[in-house]
Amino acid sequence: MLENLTGRLQQVIKQLRGQARLTEDNIQDALREVRMALLEADVALPVVRDFIAHVKERALGRDVLQSLTPGQAFIQVVYEELTALMGGQNTALNLATVPPAVILMAGLQGSGKTTSSAKLARLLKQQKKKVLLASADVYRPAAIEQLKTLAAQLQTDFFPSDRGQKPRDIARAALDHARRHFHDVLIFDTAGRLAIDEAMMAEIKELHGLLQPVETLFVVDAMTGQDAVNSAKAFSEALPLTGVILTKLDGDARGGAALSVRHVTGAPLKYIGVSEKMDGLEPFHPERMASRILGMGDVLSLIEQAQKNVDLEEAKKLADKVKSGKAFDLEDFKMQIRQMRDMGGMGAFMDKLPIQMAQAAGKVNPEEGDRALRRIEGIINAMTPAERRNPDIIKASRKRRIAAGAGVQVQEVNRLLNQFEEMQKMMKMLSKGGLGKLMRAMQGRFPGWGR
Amino acid sequence: MFDIFKKKHESTKLDQPLSWAERLKAGLARTRDTLNTPISELLRGGKIDDALYEELESLLLMADCGVAATQALLEEVRSQVSRSALKDATALRSALRQAMTALLAPLEQPLDTRSHTPFVIMLVGVNGAGKTTTIGKLAWKLQHEGKSVLVAAGDTFRAAAREQLEAWGARNNVHVVASTGGDPAAVIFDAVNSAKAKGIDVVIADTAGRLPTQLNLMEEIKKIRRVIGKALPGAPHEVLLVLDANTGQNAVMQVKAFDDALKVTGLVLTKLDGTAKGGVIAAIAKTRPIPVRYIGVGEQIEDLQPFRAAEFSEALFA
Repeated sequence: MLENLTGRLQQVIKQLRGQARLTEDNIQDALREVRMALLEADVALPVVRDFIAHVKERALGRDVLQSLTPGQAFIQVVYEELTALMGGQNTALNLATVPPAVILMAGLQGSGKTTSSAKLARLLKQQKKKVLLASADVYRPAAIEQLKTLAAQLQTDFFPSDRGQKPRDIARAALDHARRHFHDVLIFDTAGRLAIDEAMMAEIKELHGLLQPVETLFVVDAMTGQDAVNSAKAFSEALPLTGVILTKLDGDARGGAALSVRHVTGAPLKYIGVSEKMDGLEPFHPERMASRILGMGDVLSLIEQAQKNVDLEEAKKLADKVKSGKAFDLEDFKMQIRQMRDMGGMGAFMDKLPIQMAQAAGKVNPEEGDRALRRIEGIINAMTPAERRNPDIIKASRKRRIAAGAGVQVQEVNRLLNQFEEMQKMMKMLSKGGLGKLMRAMQGRFPGWGR
Repeated sequence: MFDIFKKKHESTKLDQPLSWAERLKAGLARTRDTLNTPISELLRGGKIDDALYEELESLLLMADCGVAATQALLEEVRSQVSRSALKDATALRSALRQAMTALLAPLEQPLDTRSHTPFVIMLVGVNGAGKTTTIGKLAWKLQHEGKSVLVAAGDTFRAAAREQLEAWGARNNVHVVASTGGDPAAVIFDAVNSAKAKGIDVVIADTAGRLPTQLNLMEEIKKIRRVIGKALPGAPHEVLLVLDANTGQNAVMQVKAFDDALKVTGLVLTKLDGTAKGGVIAAIAKTRPIPVRYIGVGEQIEDLQPFRAAEFSEALFA
């Protein structure tokens, strides 16, 4: 999602190679590129200026350590500043209060408040909280029904309200309901409003006063442009914001709004919306975002996701197998493919790899990669267990049968068997130790990644 | 130009509380404030220097015009200065405004629905851009012009999107074709057929919001377009991409992606009544000049107005 910014910075860094010291002269171009990149990423101009000034001040006169190139030294400064700007550490929701803990959602029209409310409810429900969803959006037709439908999908309690009611009455009644039914958390969705709409801003201030929320979350679209600073400023002046949810980050927006909003409100970014589906809400990790911008990849997120979705037992079995030097067979191959898919497919996977690796792999369309993976799985499924365990027995006649069973050409079966052989070699290399060796061998040989 | 619509405003005052120009100006007031105040301050000196250029650059950038369009616009006035066609800062400012108008002028092509009956309009856009709200306003507008309108609730994905349209349709006396869940292409196919049978003038098809990176959803919408063509050869006659004025440079990517997939024939720029500047239109004019059919300048049903380049940049710089 932030590849473009990443790519730009990589370019800048190349130009800085071979200099012994960061000086006014040699970082001038680099700073200009950073400025342009940030502007194109929709970071608001005042924020960009501030940021550039900081980076310049900190970078100037910095001696380049022997172990670092000037480019690396510069990147380090940019990285540190970016992380600082995005708020240092990840801050979780603070629900430590006498229940019900109220979460108030606020934002512009179409920023994704209702969807985020439901996603948040799902997340809290997973943490064994009893959640009540309520909506005071009496303005947009069917907004309340939208939340109601989502609540039903999630099997979460929903406080019914209708368009004839006043938002303040809904707030009072919902809070009362949450108290009497011992809900741990009340998530209160509100109508989208413009920061310059004084009547509407007064309304949400009143709601805030009534509900006394422990968390007031500002929901902002990652595609927002320069105006993010204005709306964020107005909202943070009207409400004591405790956090920000950045939505629609699965698009190709560069997400510069994250920097702007953080800079203006001072409130930490708590969650990011990464899919239309209900599980598409992830905790925001500033240090990861910063390293991602700089092309270091979001490896930590990837590992976390892997832990969540990959069957640990199966993974362990495979690891044992590799260690014990036993043959890596087609069953294992299939299992790996399935796990990759469970992690969100090739696209999600590549999105999180460090830039160099992603570029090496990136010449392929992830969508195509996914399709290739599905086909491979189909072909393996058409084999008998004996064939999967011992692919050597697959000769012409068996190949024809498998091809017919999977609905593919015989050539594709051949290709799969060849790829599998490569994979087997790689696994042997891995068992002999040396991930580096494996990475070199992997260049262009991953199943479905180009041929 | 300004005088013209001031007069128009007075003459229409009786039946409308505010003229559209006033609404637009009110909507763009913030834009004007940011663009105007600092410039006027700068211009008091009247000298053309680097500080002036830098300030102008900042103003354009902060209006979301984007790096490329901003540089192009400034380059243009700069060359005029070097030819000494511009003497002082005031002249420079009006030259900049003219450059902006010239850049936006090709986008000023109003939508004409008379060419076909039924005229099929398909609305597309990212999530939360304002498609469904725009449909409401558009249907009202067309009905006001004496056309019969049918709306197809093609957003079968988002919870209660159909209810939103139906609730709105009931209030405004517009027939909404919908079905629970199911295939959006089928819903729209039915709507087009029913419009043909009933002799309806305009069919407006809603679609679910989607991000251009969701390739399967982009395939789905291509299919919807194909299916509309099957119901009525030559349709859809208009593919409108709805853009949120709050969007930054990503709007350019959206235009490219949707245009590549669907051949977008017009744009609608919504939510111009906030503090957002909508300057990204300039960036779009530079990279993919697709006509801007309408701009949304308020939440009221009549707040959908035709785009006029001169007035837009006038209001932007006034």
